[in-house]
Amino acid sequence: MRVRAQIGMVLNLDKCIGCHTCSVTCKNVWTSRDGVEYAWFNNVETKPGLGYPTDWENQKRWNGGWKRTRGGKLIPRQGSKWRIVANIFANPDLPSIDDYYEPFDFDHEHLANAPEMKAFPTARPRSKITGERIEKIEKGPNWEEILGGEFSKRSGDYNFEGIQKEIYGEYENTFMMYLPRLCEHCLNPACAASCPSGAIYKREEDGIVLIDQEKCRGWRMCVSGCPYKKVYYNWSTGKSEKCTLCYPRIESGNPTVCSETCVGRIRYIGVMLYDADKIEEAANAPEESQLYNAQLGVFLDPSDPVVIEAARADGVPEDWIKSAQASPIWKMAMDWKVAFPLHPEYRTLPMVWYIPPLSPIQNAAEAGAIGMDGAMPDVRNLRIPLRYLANMLTAGDEAPIASALERMLAMRAYMRAKTVDGVIDEGIAEHVGLSPAMIEDMYKIMALADYEDRFVIPTTHREQVEVAYDIRTGEGFTDCNSCSTGMSKASLFGGQKRPLKMPQEAQ
Amino acid sequence: MNTFLFGIYPYIALTVLFLGSIARYDRDPFTWKTSSSQLLRQRHFAIGSILFHVGVLVIFVGHVVGLLTPIWVFDMLHVSHGAKQILAIVAGGIAGVMAVIGGSMLMYRRWTDPRIRVNSSFADIAILALLLLQLLLGLGTVPVSWQHSDGHEMVKFMTWAQMIWTFQPGAADYVAGAALVFKLHIFLGLTIFLLVPFTRLVHIASGIFAPLRYLLLRPGYQIVRSRRSKPLPPRSQSEVNKARIAAAKRPSAAE
Repeated sequence: MRVRAQIGMVLNLDKCIGCHTCSVTCKNVWTSRDGVEYAWFNNVETKPGLGYPTDWENQKRWNGGWKRTRGGKLIPRQGSKWRIVANIFANPDLPSIDDYYEPFDFDHEHLANAPEMKAFPTARPRSKITGERIEKIEKGPNWEEILGGEFSKRSGDYNFEGIQKEIYGEYENTFMMYLPRLCEHCLNPACAASCPSGAIYKREEDGIVLIDQEKCRGWRMCVSGCPYKKVYYNWSTGKSEKCTLCYPRIESGNPTVCSETCVGRIRYIGVMLYDADKIEEAANAPEESQLYNAQLGVFLDPSDPVVIEAARADGVPEDWIKSAQASPIWKMAMDWKVAFPLHPEYRTLPMVWYIPPLSPIQNAAEAGAIGMDGAMPDVRNLRIPLRYLANMLTAGDEAPIASALERMLAMRAYMRAKTVDGVIDEGIAEHVGLSPAMIEDMYKIMALADYEDRFVIPTTHREQVEVAYDIRTGEGFTDCNSCSTGMSKASLFGGQKRPLKMPQEAQ
Repeated sequence: MNTFLFGIYPYIALTVLFLGSIARYDRDPFTWKTSSSQLLRQRHFAIGSILFHVGVLVIFVGHVVGLLTPIWVFDMLHVSHGAKQILAIVAGGIAGVMAVIGGSMLMYRRWTDPRIRVNSSFADIAILALLLLQLLLGLGTVPVSWQHSDGHEMVKFMTWAQMIWTFQPGAADYVAGAALVFKLHIFLGLTIFLLVPFTRLVHIASGIFAPLRYLLLRPGYQIVRSRRSKPLPPRSQSEVNKARIAAAKRPSAAE
């Protein structure tokens, strides 16, 4: 057993209103620069749809993530190390920028400066790559907003696998949900595994996956390796970039920008303890449908005394253990089992999890059109097909999703009975295998979602990682990529130039 | 002049190549990159890039082995100078044609595609043009070499290169009588060496060393970095057991 701590996130899709505040605030902070105009470290997709970049979920096309070979070995789907190196001159699985969209801006100045004309002046689009006029915008970062476009195109959605999808093109059967996406900060990241330069690494202390910009050479294998297509090649700097989980904020105990600004309060951040020695076995489960449970098996119970002792021995700080015990992620993923990983079949063991959305049923149920399961509507008759959610969150296993939706319905029924009728109905809680106390806790965390319940983030222990005396005056009025103190006694070929201690590879 | 171009200039070029590269790697590693434009346009890229890179690498290795291997090694192996030259002409010729076709495709793409053109620096275009010119000059030496098929001219170049590499004076004399196309080829080659630290060509070094590290030195696939100033000791099963025992002795640990 090797205990490590990971900052995990859960998104409650049941409450996402698709406002894109997360995407916009993220964009303003991280990717409003040349070369990454097209990149959205966080984006929100309307499902069903092909998404961004187009059809990203279809790994038959993009070869992202991992695969289990017939011999039972786990290798990146785009190929083993030899294959990756052999493709170094031209990456056959790299999306083109047109698979995302050609970034554009509008001639806003023209509105102000246009001469007197017969027609009202318009702001027409220009490419941000070439500066040339774009006559017709073919694609954007959120091209399928609120089911935009024909169903025939959107129905290419990978999550329709095994579903008679034609009927969902009919107006009466239409369903819709939002899917906000960011880097998954996987336990078994395929991007890091694919990088020939070793520039991508997972941080030992908090599990954040980062790209060392000084080590990245632009081989682009991470872009194709990531099945979520959340590594972006900056065509201006020639380096790959990705979501950093806003690590400067996380280190100081603050939630990420996307989480902080989420108006629906759907995002949760907390610590998960996991057993690093179990990762390979879990990611290599023989059947795809076992992967969700295999990942549950990697997590360690932070209130188990053995785990606590082992965590201390492995250098997990005391307040991190405390935070893990109060982690909303643990409650939702492990205690209540209402949160699920996104596409566990990619075998990366993602660490941004999702609570599936309930869909509108009540009116139809009251009219008797939908089967009732006791006092509650049968989740198998929800507007969003169970199989669709299962394809997205459990590699096709419907039972855990059904159980999660039932628990969420039970929470509503229980709280309605309590607050409207003034009755504590323990039967509802029992029916879904929960206690009244657990349901009330679920209600507090998932429905009320106070700031301090959503974000339980311990600060980084700087005393373990750096000597403050060395880095004084190291930032600020300096030149040289912030590597120098400015008092340059540094010589090119001798002496220590960087007092900043760079992270070392850990075994 | 001959002494300067072929006796002194090689040292200038190689010094700038090595010191310049070290300085850039050390001072500004952020700029050390392939500058790939594959994302912006895939058309013409895969075939052009593979032909160009494979061709150039074969030629490069051929030059290193062909020029720097002492001639007595070939004599010992009973490879006649003429046979060695034919091998060089055939292998170099095929690789050269590949590289020229691939390079032309890349040049065409870079010059005509508006996305790539706008985002190309002068150095990007110039270095590709110089490489193409160098490839054509190299292919231009083939008919000249064909005229003296016993390989004695080739041996002269080998001697020159090895004397330069071993710091022996008088190397330039061996090149003095060579045909103009050879002299141009050598001069341009040295100039390209000189320019490497100032262009995207620095990625060649990474292209050689990064895959070697990746294939041979990285255990498994994943990289985990720790910032701890005191690294954690490796864990053994006995330590896990110790933790278990300690936990059992302290039942209140959960609180």
